[in-house]
Amino acid sequence: MTDNQLPTAAGTLRAHAPEVSAGRARRWGSFYYAEQVLRVMRGYGWSVFLYSVGQPVAYLFAMGIGLASLVDANNLAAFGGVNYLTFIAPALLVSSAVMTASGDFSYPIMDGFKWRRVFYGPHASPLVPQQIAAGHIMASALKFLLQSAVYFAIVAMFGASPSPWGWVSAIVATVAGLSFGLPLMAYASSITKDSGQFALVQRFIVVPLFLFSGTFFPLDSLPLGVRWIGWISPVWHGTQLGRVFTYGLEESPVLTLVHVVFLLGTAAAGWTLTRRRFVRRMGA
Amino acid sequence: MSFCGIAGFLQKIVQWLFQVFPGSTSVLWVHNEATRSFATPSSSQMNPAAVITAEKLTKTYGDLTAVDAISFEVPAGESFGLLGPNGAGKSTTMKMIGGVSQRTSGKLSIMGLDPETHGPEVRAHLGVVPQQDNLDEELKVRENLIVYGRYFGLPLSYLRPKADELLEFAQLSDKAKSRVDALSGGMKRRLTIARSLINEPKILLLDEPTTGLDPQARHILWDRLFRLKEQGVTLILTTHYMDEAEQLCDRLIVVDKGKIMAEGSPSSLIREYSTREVLELRFGSERNATIGAELGGIGERVETLPDRVLIYADNGESALEQVSARHLRPLTSLVRRSSLEDVFLRLTGRSLVD
Repeated sequence: MTDNQLPTAAGTLRAHAPEVSAGRARRWGSFYYAEQVLRVMRGYGWSVFLYSVGQPVAYLFAMGIGLASLVDANNLAAFGGVNYLTFIAPALLVSSAVMTASGDFSYPIMDGFKWRRVFYGPHASPLVPQQIAAGHIMASALKFLLQSAVYFAIVAMFGASPSPWGWVSAIVATVAGLSFGLPLMAYASSITKDSGQFALVQRFIVVPLFLFSGTFFPLDSLPLGVRWIGWISPVWHGTQLGRVFTYGLEESPVLTLVHVVFLLGTAAAGWTLTRRRFVRRMGA
Repeated sequence: MSFCGIAGFLQKIVQWLFQVFPGSTSVLWVHNEATRSFATPSSSQMNPAAVITAEKLTKTYGDLTAVDAISFEVPAGESFGLLGPNGAGKSTTMKMIGGVSQRTSGKLSIMGLDPETHGPEVRAHLGVVPQQDNLDEELKVRENLIVYGRYFGLPLSYLRPKADELLEFAQLSDKAKSRVDALSGGMKRRLTIARSLINEPKILLLDEPTTGLDPQARHILWDRLFRLKEQGVTLILTTHYMDEAEQLCDRLIVVDKGKIMAEGSPSSLIREYSTREVLELRFGSERNATIGAELGGIGERVETLPDRVLIYADNGESALEQVSARHLRPLTSLVRRSSLEDVFLRLTGRSLVD
């Protein structure tokens, strides 16, 4: 056994005063926690990249180039006068962010509260529960943005974003991811026992939203009985908004405003609920 | 890519936003008016030398009273223990001190601050070793320390060399680049302690620090904790091990069912509640109870347990002679010094570890 002295006494290093720690944590605590989440993500860099970019790119090839050769041979008018690749590119962009969100805001929350209890480490530090929630959200949002930016760059290389405002669709996709993900996070933070709820969310919410949100065909072509799925779907609102930016989809400005309000409103509501649940569960 | 770089960059963006949009509030941080003036002497009438003061501290969960109006004070530099069986309310008390669980009633002050209104300020003073390790299993050993230090807003220029020093202190230098899930239980425990020291706390809270560790790992840990004590760090620890309490605590409270049963130094508690020596006799589980009844008058007190009979006497050997004089032949006999286990048995009628 080595006979080393405790560093505090021997070393010249000095931590700043507790008052300074508390002040900084109050101000920047959310960022400090986001930093932790990003460090953990870095460990999975490649699999994150392959999942979040590789998968939509595969779709882009299959649908936008394979299927498109048949679709485009018929009538472009059905897709608002643009080719099929241009039509589905913003939809795949948004869907991809929403699917990443369905992963980021479900199991990791259970992990934080229950499985490996990772939220309770920072909870003993000057951070408060709402900052832990905010840090997780910020890190995920940054990830959605990076993934969407890379994906948009690929779409643009295919010439599927004719408008100079196309890049805004990457931001739209990020917000759509939060619009779906934050209410899910609020739900996830209320679960105390995992009995397969997240698999159900994946099968009965995420997949229908992906299929019935005007992703592969306009929502109008569905019967009214199913069309409502699109109206309450972050994927539809995000996709339509993305189309406005990538190729200038013609729709009523009121509807465009509805998309923006829906996406921001659901995200804000989810965030507020999540904060409340974190505070209640971790006992402030 | 440095993620602290990213955080720094984001900080700058936000600072800029604040300049451009003064007066804007954000969901990202916490505004709590009560916290603007820290170091409010909320307890000026309390002992100024005490770093922790609890007065009639109570916590109830529905009908269950986990902590029942306990009062104690801990002066700076003391090593203070809460000894009691599982479910006695020790961990609940620790959580209230750590500002992560709010009391139901009573007063609590840590460094003159109320953890309910000054949670972040109180926690900035503390190092916390929880009962269950909650390390970042996916991060490397050294990175765990650095990430944790960031929660205190400590800069990397401090954290990088500090992490190396603490790894050496915890005897984990050669594991710096390992993943946490590759460590043994004792190593994880030492890493958790190293992590709790990253902000150089003056008060360290240790909840069952050696539960589940093998004897060698426990001794290494005790040695490290003893060094911290020598450096003047105030240790607050809960344990249900008597030997741990005797090794580490200057003073302790014996807790059972949320109440304080006794308070004092290990030796004074033993003096007060037990005899100098104890004679342990085993007659076989069938006969302990019947023979125990025949031992009256020997020593100060006889305690009959299912597996053995304890005779409390100042001189164990002479008590054993008296037993032999009555023609009682135990299968085994042992004379030992009294321990805190005996104190607990006397106070509650039960053993500490079931």
